[in-house]
Amino acid sequence: MSTGERYDDATVKRFIGATVLWGAVGMLVGVVLALQLAWWPANLGLPWTTFGRLRPLHTNAVIFAFTGNFIFAAIYYSLPRLLKTPMFSPLLSKVHFWGWQAIIVSAAITLPLGLTQGKEYAELIWPIDVAIALVWVAFAVNFFGAIWRRRVKHLYVAVWFYMSMVITITVLHVTNSLALPATLTRSYPVFSGMTDALVQWWYGHNAVGFLLTTPILGIMYYFLPKSVERPVYSYRLSIVHFWALVFLYIWAGPHHLLYSALPDWAQTLGMVFSVALIAPSWGGMLNGLLTLRGAWDKLRTDPVVKFWVVAVSFYGMSTFEGPLMSIRAVNALSHYTDWTIGHVHSGALGWVGMAAFATLYWLVPQVYGRELHSQKAATAHFWLATIGIVIYIVAMWVAGITQGLMWRAIDPDTGLLAYPNFMDTVLQLIPFYWLRLLGGLMYLCGTLLAGWNLWQTAREPLPARHQEVA
Amino acid sequence: MIHGEESWHRKLVEHRSALMAVGVTVGIALGSLIEIVPMYTVAAGPDMADTVAPYTALELAGRDIYVREGCYNCHSQMIRPFRAETLRYGDWSRAGEVAWDRPFQLGSRRIGPDLARIGGKYPDAWHYEHMADPRATTPGSIMPPYPWLLDDKITAADVAATVGAHATLGVPYDDTSVEAVSRSLEEQGGGIVTRLAEARIDAEPDDEIVALIAYLQKLGAS
Repeated sequence: MSTGERYDDATVKRFIGATVLWGAVGMLVGVVLALQLAWWPANLGLPWTTFGRLRPLHTNAVIFAFTGNFIFAAIYYSLPRLLKTPMFSPLLSKVHFWGWQAIIVSAAITLPLGLTQGKEYAELIWPIDVAIALVWVAFAVNFFGAIWRRRVKHLYVAVWFYMSMVITITVLHVTNSLALPATLTRSYPVFSGMTDALVQWWYGHNAVGFLLTTPILGIMYYFLPKSVERPVYSYRLSIVHFWALVFLYIWAGPHHLLYSALPDWAQTLGMVFSVALIAPSWGGMLNGLLTLRGAWDKLRTDPVVKFWVVAVSFYGMSTFEGPLMSIRAVNALSHYTDWTIGHVHSGALGWVGMAAFATLYWLVPQVYGRELHSQKAATAHFWLATIGIVIYIVAMWVAGITQGLMWRAIDPDTGLLAYPNFMDTVLQLIPFYWLRLLGGLMYLCGTLLAGWNLWQTAREPLPARHQEVA
Repeated sequence: MIHGEESWHRKLVEHRSALMAVGVTVGIALGSLIEIVPMYTVAAGPDMADTVAPYTALELAGRDIYVREGCYNCHSQMIRPFRAETLRYGDWSRAGEVAWDRPFQLGSRRIGPDLARIGGKYPDAWHYEHMADPRATTPGSIMPPYPWLLDDKITAADVAATVGAHATLGVPYDDTSVEAVSRSLEEQGGGIVTRLAEARIDAEPDDEIVALIAYLQKLGAS
């Protein structure tokens, strides 16, 4: 009996399909938004297609639909193998998969309709928030039930990172969603003003920490060693950087509110802990890269290794940039500019996206028992995505720093603003918005190529050796 | 993936999943509580909510439209204490000025300018024309037009639900009945309609644009 029959790989395959599908949709919406900023008529004159309504659709789709489904695919594959026991309940697996997809579809309908809570990355209206909580609990029971019934004594490092996500996302989502419904589609948060802002960014930054970082690190700790057939570089380092991440990340939220009306002590805590985060973040990066020791020759030939190396490198880059931008003096320039957008995308496209495709190019051949359909297409995807990211973030760096400097420029003769008309600082950015569109479009094309390649892999005729076994 | 001899971490934590879950929970609870709880327990000077009047029914309706259209995706409402910001936007923002805000709308990106003190900066008619066609008032603007706000209507029953929810959450509204909310909407909306008429603009008190103008004119005007 193969492990695929022992463990429920049908659920893994479903989550993989959803990852690619929603990834393409989320990135397509991103490309449309990029076009709207470069050329406003792309808002189409319809309420449902304006930037203000579509941007939440983009962020929610790439965070919760693309990344979410990717994390679930990887966990439903790796957790049973690490614990040597199936997931706790096949029914809960189904509830989790279909419930999550229903939530995504309802988000895709409600957000363009303008049904929103108006808090970034927490826009979904209260009935959907309730559904998210219920489906998340189904997942948590499935997850902890499997751990409870495990047939190995110890928990491997990947499981620690998964566990930190399951626990923390529950706390964040429930707390930040506390609101009083006024109608079926509208509610008002129990927190108000600066307290609401603090709770929101405590949620927002730890969604980055515990959805876009720790589970992906867990996935790295399972899939990277598997892909290169090398043990993790340092067990001790993994212990230290895991606990440091769990303890430090949660404090960092106020760096989104520097120089705001948030009390100074909270701003300072946010800044100090954000700077400290560089240590455990780079601990994870080093542990990932050093796991490749002795396998660097594969970087030339194996697309999976290429994707992992770029993913982990971007993790290191964006976790250096993040602490930098959390320093008050830097934030004074970068805040409210496109630099932030560039930073987010070096993490999202560079770290999460590249890690997702590194995982999928290894995982799809595993669960379907076939060779990857085209190594060449995967390599082409790699270059499209990598060059696309670089174009994107360089355009955003230049746009952000340009606008930040123009906003603060003072005419030395008059002592007044050098660019008093805000429009002057907007029109400077248009060429960079076109450049960003190009970068995003390249990344999207890579994703579509991956979708085709993985689809062809899944429906390839079984190789002879598998047919004999069957 | 094999790590040789049994480490203290393996024996203490990795063999006990419950202990690891507790460790993670304590780890994240510490920072969360230390940052969030003092927002309620530590006095931040005089009760700043006293300095700013709560939103009227019409302003709340306008605020709902502001949130619905996702204005916060392009406009901030938080002026930082820098000379370049106070020159451009006016005095820096205080916590009391957003004390009634549910949800808060500080924003994170200025694709357009900050709006914390937009109130009173332009006449009502400017906002009307700006929402109908941003380039009519601001040449080169990249903002999309919002012509549907000129036609779509607010209803007193819907706004009363909003006012009622805010009252339940502790905002001091005396009368949250539909009749009282309706009277308040007509009174404040009528004033805006009159000012628009002076600029030869035809509007009704229950047009969405009127509510949005009421909200924008309240920002920073206390």
